[in-house]
Amino acid sequence: MSERDVWVLGTHMTKFGRYVDKDLIDLGAEAAMTAMTDGGVTIADMDVLGAGNLFEAMSGIGQRLQKQIGQTGIPVYNVANACATGATALRCVYMAIKAGEAEMGLAVGLEQMGKQGLLGASARSDKKTYEPEGRYGAVMSVEGRVGTTLMPGVFAQAGMEYAGQHDGVGFEQFAKVAEKNHAHSTLNPLAQYQKQFTLDEVMNADMMSYPNTLLMCCPTGDGAAAAVLVSEEKLATLSDDQRKRAIKIGASVMTSDPWTDADQVQPDVNTLTRDAAAKAYEISGVDPADLDLVELHDCFATAELLHYDNLQLCKPGEAGKFIDERGPWRDGTTPVNVSGGLISKGHPLGATGIANVYEVATHLRGEAGDRQIDGAKVGLTHVIGLGSACVVHVLEQATV
Amino acid sequence: MTKQIPIVDYLVLDGDDPHLVANRSVESGALYFDRRNADAKTGAPGFEQQRLANEGAVRSFTIVYRAAPGVPTPYVSCVVDLDGGGVVKANLINIEPDPDRVDAGMRVRMTTFPVGTDDDGTEAIAFGYEPA
Repeated sequence: MSERDVWVLGTHMTKFGRYVDKDLIDLGAEAAMTAMTDGGVTIADMDVLGAGNLFEAMSGIGQRLQKQIGQTGIPVYNVANACATGATALRCVYMAIKAGEAEMGLAVGLEQMGKQGLLGASARSDKKTYEPEGRYGAVMSVEGRVGTTLMPGVFAQAGMEYAGQHDGVGFEQFAKVAEKNHAHSTLNPLAQYQKQFTLDEVMNADMMSYPNTLLMCCPTGDGAAAAVLVSEEKLATLSDDQRKRAIKIGASVMTSDPWTDADQVQPDVNTLTRDAAAKAYEISGVDPADLDLVELHDCFATAELLHYDNLQLCKPGEAGKFIDERGPWRDGTTPVNVSGGLISKGHPLGATGIANVYEVATHLRGEAGDRQIDGAKVGLTHVIGLGSACVVHVLEQATV
Repeated sequence: MTKQIPIVDYLVLDGDDPHLVANRSVESGALYFDRRNADAKTGAPGFEQQRLANEGAVRSFTIVYRAAPGVPTPYVSCVVDLDGGGVVKANLINIEPDPDRVDAGMRVRMTTFPVGTDDDGTEAIAFGYEPA
């Protein structure tokens, strides 16, 4: 494997929320332009563009973006990889630099979802005449008739499986995750929601899919995030200020889900996360105990609790104890989702996997304002796209 | 007698002996409800059909309150480890939708129930699990 290191030179994210007066490309262009300005470079310096988007994935997103920020003829990779889409776009640029084909590149994740309600739950009228259809020979929609495969239910069942295997994990521990992330969001002006809730309020909110209440589920929304990546050799030629603010990518790892006996009916979000984390720690030489902050994929509160264990932030099987002891709070042993997480910051699908890199990089630069984790030197980002794809990045404050 | 059709093709109604069937990899024994070109576990081709047990234990569950349009709530969705192999997802029925009533490991057995009738009078039959 190439030893060539890759760095984050510039990064930006829009505030996540709902934009009725801007379109997808407006959001992406804002993130891209500001990320390049942040890195002290322009589109003329970019050798490659990675563009991540799900809901308009067939529309040539990267090329549409180029019309707004500069058509320089560079290669464009348009990618869609479920909720790991943004991180996949970033990895396209990372790999191009790692391979020596590019010295600098731009990755953009952008999404405009608006209000969608329950994702995937659009009304489907049942047929008038039953005929087997599809790979399972279904004669009608099976959702709700043969279990649930909608996201709140899938992640609820993932959480309850962990709860069934470990003492001290239940509704209250899952709810504490959301209590924490909503509290953290009050310090993040870029979060879609910045409202604190008590544990009782979280637990007594409308139940969506036990044990996840409404306040334990991430919202749909709009937003974009971007990062400029650069090779170490190129970075060494840039100004003192650019080098000082650059953040080293200690590891960039992607996994998919290996076969397990249940994954055809219930996606396994654990194994591929464990695999990615183990490999990222090995490549970077970073120990989980060294992490100053983690941004992980809390699409639902149940998911975050599992990933404490999967990412080795707690002892095996002790995720419940970890949240009970406030380990992942911003003043805890390993702060998790100090941005507010997907639950409060929002989750415009294609943007999420770069927004978490923005968040960690901003702390490592010491530029996170009110929510700054003091003295942060190393952090980890994690996303999962169900189906499944997992990306883990280890980011480090270092000097060239 | 009313004509009946299973909601999915891996449910075999078979008169008073309803059960699930799966495609079993000859190489690894892994079980799949849909057709596969090769075994996802090993990459090897070759499958035979296998009847699955009607009894098993709950691995995980959720109680769904916000569902797709037209689905009555609340209801319990569960993942079941079947005796002798196979993992299936379905509704847990004939039980109060209360988290205190459902536990990981609780024993369940398969049962069937009608979920609709089409314009030709054909009744669709779904399967679920109930406390054993």
